Amino acid sequence: MTFPDETVTEARSIIERYPAGRSRSALLPMLHLVQSVEGCVTPEGVKFCAEQLGLTTAEVGAVATFYTMYKRRPVGDWLVSVCTNLSCTLLGGQEIFDDLSRHLGVGHDEATADGTITFEHAECLAACDYAPVMTVNYEFYDHVDPASARGLVDALGNGERPAPTRGAPLCTFAEISRELAGLPPARADAVAGPAAGVPSLAGLLIAERDSRQASVADEPPAPATTSASSDGGS
Amino acid sequence: MPVTPVLTRRWNTANVHTLEAYEQADGYQALRQAFDLAPDDIIKIVKDSGLRGRGGAGFPTGMKWGFIPQGDGKPHYLVINADEGEPGTCKDAPLMMIDPHSLVEGIIIASYAVRATNAYVYVRGELVHAARRLRAAVAEAYAAGYLGTNILDSGFDLDLVIHSGAGAYICGEETALLDSLEGRRGQPRLRPPFPATHGLYASPTVVNNVETIASVPFIISGGVEEFRSLGRERSPGPKIFSLSGHVTRPGQYEVPMGTTLRELLDMAGGVREGRALKAWTPGGSSTPMLTAEHLDAPLDFEGMVEAGSLLGTAALMIMDDTTCMVRTALRLAQFYAHESCGKCTPCREGTTWLVSILKRLENGVGDQQDIDTLLDACDNIFGRAFCALADGAVSPIVSGIKFFKDEFVAHYTEGGCPFADTRSTVLAGAH
Repeated sequence: MTFPDETVTEARSIIERYPAGRSRSALLPMLHLVQSVEGCVTPEGVKFCAEQLGLTTAEVGAVATFYTMYKRRPVGDWLVSVCTNLSCTLLGGQEIFDDLSRHLGVGHDEATADGTITFEHAECLAACDYAPVMTVNYEFYDHVDPASARGLVDALGNGERPAPTRGAPLCTFAEISRELAGLPPARADAVAGPAAGVPSLAGLLIAERDSRQASVADEPPAPATTSASSDGGS
Repeated sequence: MPVTPVLTRRWNTANVHTLEAYEQADGYQALRQAFDLAPDDIIKIVKDSGLRGRGGAGFPTGMKWGFIPQGDGKPHYLVINADEGEPGTCKDAPLMMIDPHSLVEGIIIASYAVRATNAYVYVRGELVHAARRLRAAVAEAYAAGYLGTNILDSGFDLDLVIHSGAGAYICGEETALLDSLEGRRGQPRLRPPFPATHGLYASPTVVNNVETIASVPFIISGGVEEFRSLGRERSPGPKIFSLSGHVTRPGQYEVPMGTTLRELLDMAGGVREGRALKAWTPGGSSTPMLTAEHLDAPLDFEGMVEAGSLLGTAALMIMDDTTCMVRTALRLAQFYAHESCGKCTPCREGTTWLVSILKRLENGVGDQQDIDTLLDACDNIFGRAFCALADGAVSPIVSGIKFFKDEFVAHYTEGGCPFADTRSTVLAGAH
């Protein structure tokens, strides 16, 4: 395909972020950009990046095939990832992946028949204290179990967009790929999406409790009313 | 040992990701103090503080800054390693999501000290909310005059770019990160030369972890003495410890360096009810596992070496007595095989073979020779690659066999895994 003029303009704006003569640094964001247009990195997308940056298609192809987030088959609206690394698997991550795989009828790096959901297992997502975790278009759904994971993908299949535990209200894979390229979020309320749950605050809540009252019963700490889930929303 | 929130102190403050709330919580005050100091004085303060890198290696931060040649006429760069991906590690992601301005403030101070006029945050691609909030914080900082030209009338200029990666654990290795930031495959470089002289674009470059740089404003505003009042002589300061796995209240606990796992487990409600501690990692999956006999070892750089492991990223993955150590080793071996960049033969080929052998054992079709082969292969991988990924890849296996050899043996004498697949998981506890 020929990329629209808008994509050329956006590619140039990405190149301008880097010092003169260092345009190759724009390659990773530009691969996210072409992926946002085509749903994956196609030979045409590789050629587009090569032309914009004065590289060969071999040089761009070598980079595109190195990184997990550049997909070679089209991703639908929803990239569903289940962490199966150690902290999540200790608490059921592998079972959640297996169950969801049966439920969707697809394996790792495969798309559902209607093409709307691409399914994958992910390596550690830096949310081990919220294990087991999964993501949709890289927004976090914390403390999932097989039932809630099925409920999430069923809702996606019904055209709903369940709110993530931490992250912005869901946008499509094309839209999140544009953000990965460093372009503005699709939704104005994206930045305000929640970021802190109880595990992030676990130590701090102990300190706050201890400073509020010296002698307190040994009960699990709870977040202040102004905190946690409402850190960005209130 | 008390909880000592320093880096995490603002995390329960509403909307602290916005400039307004951050400034109300004393944000950007350390920057104003820093501009009253000469750059070399800031380097000296950071040296005197004893701050050591929080990304895993523990290299003294001030010394690293001091390696940057000054007056050399070349551009200098500050690159923040925000490619958090070491299994078990989950401290930088919340810091960037909840309190992004604290990182931006640290970046401005560090850049001023090393005389860098361009800074980059290389954020792991998957951490979209962290990158989103950082980009918003950077935009606010530009609008408020904290970034750009002549910052706060100091005469200092700085441009800061948030750069999202694309999914590659190896890019947490600093020279692979630099190659990736230059638009290449993320593969480690031969050293020397070191990034201090030949880093980004072959120019002098400081590469620091998120938590390291976020510690800098506190050192500037609180002073060396206050920083050193926490922690131990050679590993001073507060540190965020991340507890995950079979623990009652997983989460982030910021305590002085040198705190023990026993103390941290007390804060976190202990190992989950009815179970006993079996194994744990002090600093992510690449650090050799320890056991209950190490509950009182001080968690700092020296203490963990003495215990036979490494502090790494202070990511404490807790495994209780339902955990199969062969399955654990296999799962991690698969991770390293997937993430090996392929540059060095021992790592590329070796990690793949480790997976094959561990699969045989876990499936009950292995034998004594497999354990010998595993150890021999690990011996031929460790220290024989450009970067530490290879060393990390053998850690779970070598330490697993060291402490739990009987369990590896039982997998072939009993014709299969003696642990039920889901016994360790939440599913087993569903009631």
